[in-house]
Amino acid sequence: MRGSHDLGGLEGLGSISPEPESSEPVFHAEWEKRIFALTLAVGFLGQWNLDQSRHARERQTPKDYLRHSYYENWCVGLKTLLLEKGLVSQNEFNTGKMMSHVSTSGLSPMQAKDVPTILMQGGSVEMETDKPAGFAPGDRVRVRKEVSSGHTRVPSYLRGRVGEIKRHHGTHVFADRNALGCREAEHLYSIQFSSREIWGDGVESGGAFAVRVDLWEPHLENQ
Amino acid sequence: MTSDDHHSHDHTESPVDLALQVKALESLLVEKGLVSEETLDALIETYEHKVGPRNGAQVVAKAWAQPEFKEWLLKDANAAIASLGFTGRQGEHMRVVENSAKVHNLVVCTLCSCYPWPVLGLPPVWYKSAPYRARVVRDPRGVLVEFGTSLDDDVQIEIWDSTAEMRYLVLPERPVGTEDWPEEELANIVTRNSMIGVETVHVTEDGDNSGAKADS
Repeated sequence: MRGSHDLGGLEGLGSISPEPESSEPVFHAEWEKRIFALTLAVGFLGQWNLDQSRHARERQTPKDYLRHSYYENWCVGLKTLLLEKGLVSQNEFNTGKMMSHVSTSGLSPMQAKDVPTILMQGGSVEMETDKPAGFAPGDRVRVRKEVSSGHTRVPSYLRGRVGEIKRHHGTHVFADRNALGCREAEHLYSIQFSSREIWGDGVESGGAFAVRVDLWEPHLENQ
Repeated sequence: MTSDDHHSHDHTESPVDLALQVKALESLLVEKGLVSEETLDALIETYEHKVGPRNGAQVVAKAWAQPEFKEWLLKDANAAIASLGFTGRQGEHMRVVENSAKVHNLVVCTLCSCYPWPVLGLPPVWYKSAPYRARVVRDPRGVLVEFGTSLDDDVQIEIWDSTAEMRYLVLPERPVGTEDWPEEELANIVTRNSMIGVETVHVTEDGDNSGAKADS
């Protein structure tokens, strides 16, 4: 898909206007803290993975995605997944009242005392596979134009573009399939593209540059 | 009320509505036994007060001060960073890229907001904003100007778009005049923005960027 989240190269979005680093708070409102923590804590229940979580935010209309603040998009994503997994009903969202108990057997909610350990451990996405690597550093590859209609980590500005494999990262869980609930390993590569290959000569503010991205083997074809 | 007013009323959440909506959601999930308030507090506490860019600054300072650590960091960032105790969520697969007089690295996630949490904490608003994500892969020099950063024309810019679970930390160039500084003082001048790559590290006339006075 090319969703509203796929922003690389989009024009007309205005200036960045960064807040000064020394005075920017981590959160800008109490509700931002709560939705951030809720997303992590509910995610820990294992009812969906990170790619499904991303996809839930991306599935909004472009109008909504771009008009919402960052954590508002997190809120939309979390509610979408809670509904889809049957953990909360629409009626409950509407009324704010619990109508039905969720069976928590088999679910182990995150405990406050375990938070430091859980965060320090993280979750590696390295995953072994018998598949041989199809590419090696130095190879020229083209990013496939056809991508799934669901979640993909191929930015649209790179589709059909030719780059050079710079590094083989090993084998990682393939995000596009993981978003469908299928945990499969694929070879992951760091690929370099020239600004000229992506944008032609029309690079603003002068000077060519390079873009490095990480893509999985199914995203690539021999040039 | 005009139809436009009505339209915006229907479709834009006011901050108050949002705060109430999130509060209601939290109550519901607590009542269902899916989360606890103490757990939420602990998560917030971690990223508001414990895990942040001072971690990354320690990594950078150590790399500046100890050539063998720098070599390790550039070769095996995961192990080198873990040796300082910074591991975990959104930093499981780290890579450090080095800035020099010839190469300037810059990190973005055009698709969402991927960012190395264990070393930098949660990303600033601008990093997650649509304008930054859209522009930096097309007009990096223009973006750098917004941060007050201008590079010589012959500096090669490399932009790292975090499209998978690899997370990138920029090792900024060490400013001249800091040769004799101890690690702690070096860490004080390393900014978050320099480790994302939108700024370079400077030593200001009255000491450093953080206000902590350096002796040298």
